[in-house]
Parts: sequence; structure tokens; C-alpha cells
Amino acid sequence: MLNQYPLWKYILLIVVLVFSSVFALPNLYGEDPSVQISHRTKSLTDDDKLTVEQVIKAKDIKILETELGQGRLLVRFENTEAQLIAASTLKENLDKQYLIALNLAPATPDWLRALSAAPMYLGLDLRGGVHFLMEVDMVAAIKRLEESMLSDIRSYLREEKIRYRGVRRDDTGLHISFRELAHLQQASEQLPRQFSDLTFIDDEATLSIHAKLTEDAVREEKKSALQQNIITLRNRVNELGVAEPVIQQQGNARIVVQLPGIQDTAGAKKILGATATLEFRMAEGTRADWADAEKTGRTPLNAVLYHERDGSPVLLNRRVIVTGDQIVDAASTIDSQNGTPAVSVRLNGKGADKMGDTTRVNLGNPMGVVFIENKVETKKVGDTVTKHRTTTKEVINVATIQGQFSSRFQITGLESQEARDLALLLRAGSLRAPVEIIEERTVGPSLGRDNIEKGFMSVVIGFCLVLVFMAVYYKGFGLIANVALTANLIIIIAVLSLLQATLTLPGIAGIVLTVGMAVDANVLIFERIKEEIKNGNSPQASIHAGYEKAFSTITDANVTTLLAAIVLFTLGAGPIKGFAITLSIGIITSMFTAIVGTRAIVNVLYGNRELKKLSI
Amino acid sequence: MNINFMNKRKPAMVLSALLMIAAIGSLITNGLNLGIDFTGGYLIEAGYQSDADLDKIRGALSGADFSDAQVQNFGSSKDIIVRIAPRTDINKATIGDNILEVLKTTSEQEVTMRRVEFVGPQIGDELRDDGGIALLVALGGILIYISLRFQLKSAVGAILALVHDVVITIGIFSILQLEFDLTVLASILAVIGYSLNDTVVVLDRIRETFRNIRKTSPEDILNISINQTLARTLVTSLTTLLVLIALFIFGGEIIHGFATALIIGVVIGTYSSIYIASSALMLMNIHKQDFLVVAKEEVVDEAP
Repeated sequence: MLNQYPLWKYILLIVVLVFSSVFALPNLYGEDPSVQISHRTKSLTDDDKLTVEQVIKAKDIKILETELGQGRLLVRFENTEAQLIAASTLKENLDKQYLIALNLAPATPDWLRALSAAPMYLGLDLRGGVHFLMEVDMVAAIKRLEESMLSDIRSYLREEKIRYRGVRRDDTGLHISFRELAHLQQASEQLPRQFSDLTFIDDEATLSIHAKLTEDAVREEKKSALQQNIITLRNRVNELGVAEPVIQQQGNARIVVQLPGIQDTAGAKKILGATATLEFRMAEGTRADWADAEKTGRTPLNAVLYHERDGSPVLLNRRVIVTGDQIVDAASTIDSQNGTPAVSVRLNGKGADKMGDTTRVNLGNPMGVVFIENKVETKKVGDTVTKHRTTTKEVINVATIQGQFSSRFQITGLESQEARDLALLLRAGSLRAPVEIIEERTVGPSLGRDNIEKGFMSVVIGFCLVLVFMAVYYKGFGLIANVALTANLIIIIAVLSLLQATLTLPGIAGIVLTVGMAVDANVLIFERIKEEIKNGNSPQASIHAGYEKAFSTITDANVTTLLAAIVLFTLGAGPIKGFAITLSIGIITSMFTAIVGTRAIVNVLYGNRELKKLSI
Repeated sequence: MNINFMNKRKPAMVLSALLMIAAIGSLITNGLNLGIDFTGGYLIEAGYQSDADLDKIRGALSGADFSDAQVQNFGSSKDIIVRIAPRTDINKATIGDNILEVLKTTSEQEVTMRRVEFVGPQIGDELRDDGGIALLVALGGILIYISLRFQLKSAVGAILALVHDVVITIGIFSILQLEFDLTVLASILAVIGYSLNDTVVVLDRIRETFRNIRKTSPEDILNISINQTLARTLVTSLTTLLVLIALFIFGGEIIHGFATALIIGVVIGTYSSIYIASSALMLMNIHKQDFLVVAKEEVVDEAP
């Protein structure tokens, strides 16, 4: 019998539709302004929940709901005003180890959340926020590794009492030179055993050994520089208080950072890209010596000439007592003695021992704090792209050691914003290699809202225009196609919500385009049916033949479009990907609804019946 | 409806040839107005509370050492967009913030940041190369698929139609000097998908007609096939154009380039699926034998 579907096909259709409707549903609910609270080191517990609730309630703010999940607390409020007051109250009252971030949490009802249904994940162009692409300066990372190898070789040779003339580093690698052949031979025998990351080539003619990092070591260093930078960036982003940040590796030397909803992009850029760190060194000589060194350009062997912020010269010992890496905690405060901004720091065990020893023997001597910043910048002149690296070192403070101290002390000499930033950077750890922002896309909250509204508007209007056209042109069958088109839209939204793929503005454009092209399958089928009727076939036979003959055409046409969409997805950059995703999903779902869906309705309406005429 | 398309194929070919020459000529002489996605540089969109005073803004930017800044209204008289080409002297992500600071001095009321984009020089080059590769890979993949499903002559016809559509669409962007950015590139790739979709439907029918009707000249077979698919070609193009026009009018300024490219592409694609692929088949002396080799395919297709 013609135009009958087996029962299972109807059941399948109904199951797909119900399932899709449920998972598309969360998109109808809005969002609650909320505050997200987490802790630097531990997972939050019910005790924290009580404390947080008490702190907020003390301010007479109504809490909609408090949820504890994944070690974090999410507190929902009725409006943004309550949210902002609550956030600042929490920042004041909770320990600094708690991280507080503003968030917009989907107001999905509990029963849907129990099914783990969630609304579509909106891209930054729709919700507002910053997208950075950062490039890690791998050349600098390798240079840093080579430099540390250099000092290891130096101390190894010294320990082993192998006399050498000098060691130096240049772009080709490390060079160790000797005065006597015997020493070179001894070093050449021992060094490779000690330093497996280097390959050594002897040059007896010039009495030198040339050492280079092995390819494995270079690869390993690049990998770990990237990983270390990702960890540091993640710490810094947490410090900035951003909910749902994305920090991901891209390729071999790049990191994507996405911060939804952030307002102060200038501040974020400064913090993320900063490579600032500190060094503590003893000062050498007297003020007269410093001025002398500045004038003559000659410095004592054990000292290096630095400058203070006001430009005045300082001589500091070559030996570093403690570096910023040994600082485990830092907070900005106000110096109790003179009321100026200060950073109070805490050192790790090794750093504390060294600091304790140094301050004990140097009571009454001046010590300098050096602020070091590395920057890398890419410039393009004509067609050549070059990287410029700059390092600024300035002494922020030279103070006389008044008493012995080890793990905890204060640094002054900064402005208050600088003190806050420095404390944050020291807490979050330093970047292993400098990073450069090579792409930025920031969308302000007002544009994000506009984009959603306009995108939504164009989907609705485009959709309605197609509905009207189909109903007018194909009458009864047009209405059937319209049901399929509506189902298609629901399924697309459900699939996007389930995959949690990022929906962007080009993604919405993809949905709009799909709506226009989705009816193509139905147009093909309906035109075929019309032709069959014109050829004198019965309505039932025409329906059957129409679907059958159009099928291979529909497949061919859609596969080719899908090919283009897949190419777009694999080769395209960020904004294009969103378009490719919705287009691909739309092509696949539209084939299902336009062929299986409309056929089911047609079969229910017309199947197994005497038909004289079709409304087409 | 029975229109003799094939006897008008010479004038159509001349028209296509002229359009192609104009497009390629403009691409060579004018080039494309590439957006910062491909050139690198800065783009800042800002919103004013009342109509923005463009001259005042230009003056303020020149005074702050941004004399190379291009200032334009964007979407409405209250919104402006500032573009700055990559500079050889400075190249920092922070320039965007400096420009915003300058903009804030040009109005007593609040100036809101709507969008800041910075694309470093290395990224611009990469995106351009990746975009070109994407186009070529898409064309290659499609050529292979069509050769497998149909045969080589059809594939060549489809690719010709495709190249025709893409070149003319890009050419119109060049002639009108519309900005060509990443979203426009995406929509060019969508044009490829669409144009092909259209052409494949016609080719499919040509194959079918060649197999079903005997003793008819290839020219008549092409005519019959085109006429049979004409309603479908026009209806689908119309529904697609309807949504694209909705997108163009209501989708906002950012999506304009995207919608424009697709509208041009769909119009040209509709024309080319009627004329270009079939004319190419005529030129290659398409014959019944070309379609008989793959006779066993007819059993494969299964209706749902």
C-alpha cells in the first residue's frame, strides 16, 4: 500500500520532537544576576555557604538561591543592584583567599537542570567580553633556558676544578673556552654525562667547546613554557574575578583567553600581559660611588649600575638575594609608618632562609628592590615582521636594613594602583616567557545586547516571511512544510544547547540562512509531485514518486553544501567557526525534518485514502 | 512553461564573460578593500548619546597623534567607527584604549565602548592565507565529489559555474569597494555551497533526462531539464533571498557585508545554475553516452 509509514517511524519522530523541545526549553528562561565565590586552594563547603549567606543578609539583600557545586558557590539575586552590593560586601568581609566574580547564571528551572539541560552558550560577541590571542615568545624561553644552563655549566666546572677561560651564549648556542687542551679534553669527557639536554662539539683548534640544546630539550622547553604560562594566566584571570573564563592552548605557541562580561579591558590587558617581577639585591658603595659610576660609566666588578625611578643612579651587587619566584603570597597594604602604599610579601622556605642570612650579616646596610619588566612587540615594516624585545629594570626602593627579617616583609616606593597590580602579579606567579597580545576582540555589553536582539529579530522575520511564502505558494503542502520548518528550528536550538557549542552572531546568520535553504528539500519534493500529477499520475502515486525521485537530488545538493561547511569549520578562524557549526547542524536536521518529517504528516493526512485532488 | 534557454546561451555567455572581465579587471586595478582581519590594525566602535560630531572627533584624534585614523558613522548617526592601519612605529594592543580615551574627550556626555578589535600583523597574514586555502580546499573537495557522483564533464561544468559566481561576487565587492572581512569570506564559502546546491539539482535532472528520453538532441534535453527545474530554482532562491533580506535589514551593521555577499551570490548563483553549467556542458559536447556508463547507480537510491 502506498504512503504508509511503519509505526516505529512515527514513534521516532515524536521522541525526537519531545526530546528536542525539552532541551530547547532552557533558552526561553532569562538569566539571574549572581555572584560566584570560590577559594584559591580548597573546595567550598556548607559552612562557607552559611557564612556567605550571613554576610549578604546582614546588608539586607534578598538572596534568590544559593547553590553549592563543583567546590564553588553561586548566589543568585533579583537584580544587578543587589548583585553589585553583595559582591562588594563579600570582598570586604571574606578572607582574601576567596575569589569573588560577577556572573549571569541561566535561570533554568530545577526540573530542567536535573536533566542537565542548559541554554545555548553565547559567544563573546553576544554577551560582551574580551577575546585575546596571545603569542608566547619562544625565542626568549629558549634563551632563558640556555642562560640557566650556562650558569649550571659554570658552577659545575668550578666544582669539578676544571679550569676554563670563559663561557658565553650567543644565537648559535653556548661556547666554553679553555686555556689548555687537557682541560678541554677533561670537560669534553665529563660534560655530556652531566648535561644530557645538550650536545657538545669540541673544537681543539680554538680550544673551545660548542654546546647546543638537543631538539628534544627545545621541544620540551617550549611545551613547558606554554603550559606554565597557561597556569599563570589562569591564576591571574582568577585574581581578576571573571566567571567562566576560557584559557586554552592554540597551536604550538599561542594561548586564547576569553573573559566574558569584563568591563575594564585596559586593566585586564595590563595584568595578563605583564611579566613584572622583583629582585632583591644588596647595594654596593656609597652615594658618591654611585654618582661616580654614572659619570664615568665604570662600575666595580661585583656591581651593576641601576637607576631609581627619579633617574638617580644606584650600584647593586651582581648577586641576587631573592627573586619574585620565591614569593608565595603578596597583598597590597598601606605602610603603617608613613601611610604610603606598600606590598607585603611572604617568601617560601628557601627564600626566607636566604633573606634571613643576608639581613643578619648586613644590618645597617642598604638593600635595593629591582622591578623588572619584559616586553615583546611585533612590528611590521614593509613585508618583514620582526619581534622587538625590551627589558626595563628600575629600582623602586633602596632602604637600610633596620633589623633581621626573613619570610615576611614590606616593600614601599610604589603608587597605590601599582602596588595592587604588583601584589596580584606576585600572587599569581610569573610568566615563564613573555607574551604578546596579537589579536584582540572586545565587545561592549551594549553591543552584545544589540547583537542578540538584532540576530533574534532577523531569525524571526526571515522565518515568518518563509512561512507566509510557503503557505501561499504550496497551500496545504506548504503548511506541512511549515510544520517541518518549525520543528527544524527547535531541533537546531536543542542540538546547539546540548553540544554547548558557542553561538555567535555569524552563527545566528547561519541559522537564518538554514531557514531559507531548509525548505529547498520540500520545494524539490513538491515540484516533483506537481510534475507527476501533470503527467497524469494519481495523487497517491504522485506523492510516492515525488518523495522517491527527489531523494537523491536532495542528498547530492546537501552533501555539497555540507562539504563547504566542513571546510569552513576546519580551516576557519573564530568568527567563521560559529557560522560553520550552525550551517552544518542546520543542513543535517533540515534533511531529517524536510524528508522524514513532512512525509509522516503527508502519510497521516493522505495515506490510505481515496484522493481526487492535492492541495499543492 | 517552456522557455528555450539554450538558444539564448550565446548572449548569456557574452554577458558572463563581460561580468568576469569587469570583476577580474577591478580586482587587479582596485583590489579588495580588505578589513582589519586581513590587513591587521585597529578598529574601535563607540556610541555617543547624541549625534556624533565627526569633524570634532577627527580633530581630537589628529591632535592625539592619530592623524591616520579613518572616522565614519556606523549604522546610525550616534555610532561611529574608527579605523587605524597597522603602524610601523607602534604596535600594541593598548592603542585601542588610548583612542577610546581620546573619544571620551569629544563629548560632554558619556561615550560607550561598543567594540574594540586589534589584529596583529602576523595574524592578518595568517588569516588571509588560511582563507585562500579554505577556498581552494572547498573547490577541490567539491570537484572530487561531483566527479564521483556524476562524471567529469558535469564536475567541470559545476566548478565553472562556481568560479563564475565566486569571482563575480568578489568582483562586485571590489568594484563597490565594500569592506571584505572574515564574515564576508565565510559568506563567500556559503555562496560556494549554495551555488553548487543549485547547479547539482540541474545536473541531476540533466542526467535523468538523458537516460529517460531517447532520440532528442542534447540541446533539447538541456532545455527540458532546465525548464523542469526552473520552478524549484526560483522558489528556493526566493526563500533564501527573503531571509537574507531580513538579515540585511534587521541583522545590524556588523552583518551587512555578510548578507550583501550572500544576496549577490544567490542572485548570480541562480543565473549561473541555469546558464553556465549547461552552456559548459554544451561546449564540452555532452552526449548521451556520458551518462550511460554509471547505469547501476539508479538502484542505489532509496526513498525514505
